[in-house]
Amino acid sequence: MTDRNRIVIVGGGHNGLVCAAYLARAGREVTVVEAAAQVGGAAVTREFAPGFRASGCAHLLYQLDRGIAGELKLESHGLRFARRSLKTVALALEGDHLVLDAGKPVAGTLSEADRAGLATYRARMLKFAKVVARQHNRKPPRLGGGRSDLMGAAMLGLDIRMLGREDMREFLRIAGINVFDVLEEIFDSPLLKGALALDAVMGANLGPRSNNSVLSLLHRLSGEAEGNGGPAIPAGGMGAVSEALAASARAAGATIRTGVPVKRITLEADRVSGVELETGEKLSAGTVVSNADPATTLLRLVGARNLETGFVHRIRHFRHKGMAAKLHLALEALPTVARLSQDLAGERLVIAPDLVYLEHAFDAAKYGQTSPEPALEITIPSLHDKSLAPAGKHVLSAVVLYAPYDERANGDGARRELLDRSLAVLDRHAPGLRRQVVASELLLPADIEREFRITGGHWHHGELALDQFMMLRPAPGAAQYQMPIGGLFLCGAGCHPGGGVMGSAGRNAANAVLATERAA
Amino acid sequence: MSIKNEMNRKEHFRKAVWQSPFHPRTSELNILNEWHRWKDYTTANAFFDEQLEYAAIRNACAVFDLTPMTKHLITGPDALAFLNRLVTRDVAKIKPGKVGYTIWCDDNGQVIDDGTIFHLREGVYRLCSQERQLDWLTRNAFGFDVTIVEDTHDVAGLALQGPTSCAVLKAIGCTGVQNLKPFEIGFYPFAGSELTVSRTGFTGDLGYELWIDPARALDLWDALFDQGKIHGIRPMGTHALEVARIEAGFLAAQVDFHPADQAIMTDRSRSPFELDLGRLVDFSKPCFNGRRALLAEKEKGSRYRFVRLDVEGNKPARSAYIYDKDKNVVGTVTSAEWSPSAKKNIAYASLHMPWGRPDDELWAEIYYQRELKWYKVMARCRVTDQPFWDPPRKRATPAQDF
Repeated sequence: MTDRNRIVIVGGGHNGLVCAAYLARAGREVTVVEAAAQVGGAAVTREFAPGFRASGCAHLLYQLDRGIAGELKLESHGLRFARRSLKTVALALEGDHLVLDAGKPVAGTLSEADRAGLATYRARMLKFAKVVARQHNRKPPRLGGGRSDLMGAAMLGLDIRMLGREDMREFLRIAGINVFDVLEEIFDSPLLKGALALDAVMGANLGPRSNNSVLSLLHRLSGEAEGNGGPAIPAGGMGAVSEALAASARAAGATIRTGVPVKRITLEADRVSGVELETGEKLSAGTVVSNADPATTLLRLVGARNLETGFVHRIRHFRHKGMAAKLHLALEALPTVARLSQDLAGERLVIAPDLVYLEHAFDAAKYGQTSPEPALEITIPSLHDKSLAPAGKHVLSAVVLYAPYDERANGDGARRELLDRSLAVLDRHAPGLRRQVVASELLLPADIEREFRITGGHWHHGELALDQFMMLRPAPGAAQYQMPIGGLFLCGAGCHPGGGVMGSAGRNAANAVLATERAA
Repeated sequence: MSIKNEMNRKEHFRKAVWQSPFHPRTSELNILNEWHRWKDYTTANAFFDEQLEYAAIRNACAVFDLTPMTKHLITGPDALAFLNRLVTRDVAKIKPGKVGYTIWCDDNGQVIDDGTIFHLREGVYRLCSQERQLDWLTRNAFGFDVTIVEDTHDVAGLALQGPTSCAVLKAIGCTGVQNLKPFEIGFYPFAGSELTVSRTGFTGDLGYELWIDPARALDLWDALFDQGKIHGIRPMGTHALEVARIEAGFLAAQVDFHPADQAIMTDRSRSPFELDLGRLVDFSKPCFNGRRALLAEKEKGSRYRFVRLDVEGNKPARSAYIYDKDKNVVGTVTSAEWSPSAKKNIAYASLHMPWGRPDDELWAEIYYQRELKWYKVMARCRVTDQPFWDPPRKRATPAQDF
């Protein structure tokens, strides 16, 4: 007998926890089942070497929705920030580093034209990113749907129209194109262009010349556009965000069980009836919300044979191949970046000296190879949070581009090779760093897939591109969180508005669950 | 899953149009030399006189070369589960040795094609379709342990249709074939090979379809024509078959419905309900392609109604517009013929809802030409739920000799 009133949430990633918290606050009986020993999914802090801890996947918080953080009282549930609004330091080999604070140049050589261009560019991109941000907490309109969908589409249209004639034209001109062309139009400084382009391609299957890279950039900027400030480092790492979310969900009455992988989502006729755990235990539920990625949820836990063929085809071809590796270094001392003052070492350091460097790095990845000269986004979180490393020692956490999810770039050999190349690049900028390394870990997309149970090891559960955006995410007709099986919902990054530790997908999914109950 | 397209090894690119293994005989008999291309096979329109060929179907028996029909062999542990997700009806009800007519839909509940499922032996199925389906079947196979082989070229097929067909089969050695019920399959030793006989067909009459190794195709043809001579056997082309098909009430893809996977405009395709095939939809299956959309359609109502029309006069209403009494266009005729057996002017039409109710006053706008002059008639049409041709011999088992 199915317990209709119970809701099971598969996966305690941040979106699953947000969803659980909202549903529990609405008085529902919610159980979260998480496969890993700790909650958080990819938003976790984990020990990678004795005494050294780092955020396992995402390491900077850009987009955590302030409304959600407020409503779920994350602060009173223990969320603190070790640093907010990190500056970005674009490292230059010759030492003329460029420092951007909230997009404004505060150090480094830039022409007058570049300075003026940057001010206009920044204002405009934030304005455009706000259009994207506005959609985050809305249910994407279904094309050919009912009145509320028509309203949703009209609101999106209105948001774009309200940009004003000139900006609307510009938005429509660039939203689908590549960041390379846009930056080339405005700037001269290769270092500036490289740093700005990195924001557009990080974590995506995109080089600067790939179309959709502007959209990906706007998505990343959407947090800042909403006034979140620049990237932040939570005290205790990303795991602390998840812990706070879990505490909030528990306080609202949700049950959270960890270390219980789900074997399958069970069905009764054409509806979900609950989940079966790997242990064989069955939890009956009238509603199952999955925080797992679309392929895991639908093809593995539900099974292709229980879904219609066209839908299965779309889910199979939802592009979800990861492109970024994650590097964790345990350092016996703080590394010294050549000609960089020590007080900037804790900022967000990027190595993407120019657009062509990035594009070359991507070229290799297109053909299934890791980049010979990787681009990096580096943080040294132990500078802000002493709990992450033994006294006097440090943790370096870096996103490494590119590492394709591809059998040709997998396994120990590829891992060693990319680690070595990353260290070579780092050592060039911070001479002697290599000798300071006491332990290291490099997670390729296949490792991320294995450890965080994300098919393809893609941070966003799937590419953020126009064809996988909003009402097309993860598939047309299934972009409003409700899947084509009664009682089954998705709440992860594979649905609108995608990845980034944001929480919006979780909250939107909770709203969809409640709206479906009301309609029944 | 395992998918094989046997066409590839036939080096099809060297030749645009194949000849069936029966071609040495059909080409000899085709004194009109009238051919067309059917699924990339040379196929006879007619052999000597399409009306006499039709007459053979209804009064003796006629042979039609079925080889070009697209065929797939579906096996593997999940064959049944695979088919049940693919098609709208419950395939578990098609027992070994039975054939079932079926349709299959896309996710939107729009008909992609229709065809027959032969449950040849326990767990071994043959799916015959009007259109090429390997791509769609391959897509469907994901997640199933199933092997699909398109073996159109590896099975030679003949339809033997008409009242004397059973007598001819007995004469060529199919002992006991008269006991096959409609939609049953029998296996008979023949010329060192095995002849598969199903009591199926496209004519609505007593008739059989014969399936054999292409290497034995000519032996089969010769045996049929030797033994069948006294039973009035004739070859028939597609024109004669077309008249019989419409009398019998069968639909043709590309004629009576536009396959959903080929439709560009969404209102061009049709659901099973819109083709009067709702009886083939079994909602008790928890998952099949189109189920959700069809459930919604059942609740919301269909857009079209498919009807059989009895048209006044004797001019076939081919492609005619159908009007209501206020001269509004309410639909189109999809197939139409003068039925020699029913002595009626018959048509199928796809009408907008709610038209096609029993008492609706409908008119067909028919154009015809006499000595280069065009004439138009407005012919009154009546919706009928009676089949146009349904002789008791179609069902009688054991089948009679006549």
